[in-house]
Amino acid sequence: MGNVIKVGMADLNVCVSPDSITTLGLGSCVGIALRDPVTKIGGLAHIMLPDSTSIRNNANIPKFADTGIEELVKRVVAKGANRGRLVAKIAGGAQMFAFQSKNEMVRVGERNVEATKKKLAQLKIPILAEDTGKNYGRTVIFYPETGDFVIRAVGKQEYMI
Amino acid sequence: MGEITLERMSDEYFDVLKELGNIGAGNATTALAQMMQCKVDMSVPQVKLLEFKELGELMGGEEMIMAGIYLGIEGDITGSIMFLLEKTAARHLVSKLMGMAPEGEDFSEMELSALKEVGNIITGAYLNSLSGLTNLVIYPSVPDLCVDMAGAILSVPAIEFGALGDKILLIQTQFFDEMVLDGYFILIPDLASYGRILSALGLD
Repeated sequence: MGNVIKVGMADLNVCVSPDSITTLGLGSCVGIALRDPVTKIGGLAHIMLPDSTSIRNNANIPKFADTGIEELVKRVVAKGANRGRLVAKIAGGAQMFAFQSKNEMVRVGERNVEATKKKLAQLKIPILAEDTGKNYGRTVIFYPETGDFVIRAVGKQEYMI
Repeated sequence: MGEITLERMSDEYFDVLKELGNIGAGNATTALAQMMQCKVDMSVPQVKLLEFKELGELMGGEEMIMAGIYLGIEGDITGSIMFLLEKTAARHLVSKLMGMAPEGEDFSEMELSALKEVGNIITGAYLNSLSGLTNLVIYPSVPDLCVDMAGAILSVPAIEFGALGDKILLIQTQFFDEMVLDGYFILIPDLASYGRILSALGLD
């Protein structure tokens, strides 16, 4: 067993087998795991908002789906992953409260998922599996060795996508 | 008044927000004591401006199970407010309020509804003091409750703050009756509302 690398909110990092990479308590945020199955190099991003271009204060790259995913791709490729072989798994984007106050914040989880998919499609990175939406938080652990994306939620059996 | 961001906020403004936090939390404690019909003490609230990644750690880890009560605010200022309480503390409060010992691992429907009411009263008292101090009209919306991992609940206010900057303003209060209850308030006014709160207090 390797080390477990921790990724915080609005944060990203790369990970090489046998290490694994985790982010705890994803709510409306989305966790995006990338992997090159040959070199077993991967990475994980924890994004909070869908679109950096709609916000003036957007210097924090890992905070947004668009800039965060681009940066994650750059980082895993720099680590030695092959750009053309990259595949993705995604989780999160829940709606934690039935009501969300501001109009623009309504469905932010759903919009984070949409923006994530759009960016991955644009970069031609296929999504192998996803566990998104619903109304509960998720902790995710990604293993670049196997590509397993393990998901933990309160009151549920741990499962894998 | 120009646009304010949390990063560029002067010490003076920060002190004002701190003081508002103190008074608000004090009022909330009084409301809690009245509701529970017993003496409740409160420590001096700590007001912190935190990076998103520091948030979960402060509350005992992102996976710590917490109860979060979340309300929207309308009127002269707009935004939202959240009150968070660790799960065992929440169960203790609710069982005391309902006069019976908690059963099983999870909250019953009845307990959830009581907890929502607790949150409603605490946040209401907090907002009342804010409104009284600033002479601003503040209407809270119907509260919503969520029991889940701290990180997941906090993602909601963090995202709202995230649209403005990279930090979140948190007020941590400890209540004591027979046990120590760690409570957290997160007030999320939108940018224009920060300006309005500060100018209502004569700080332009």
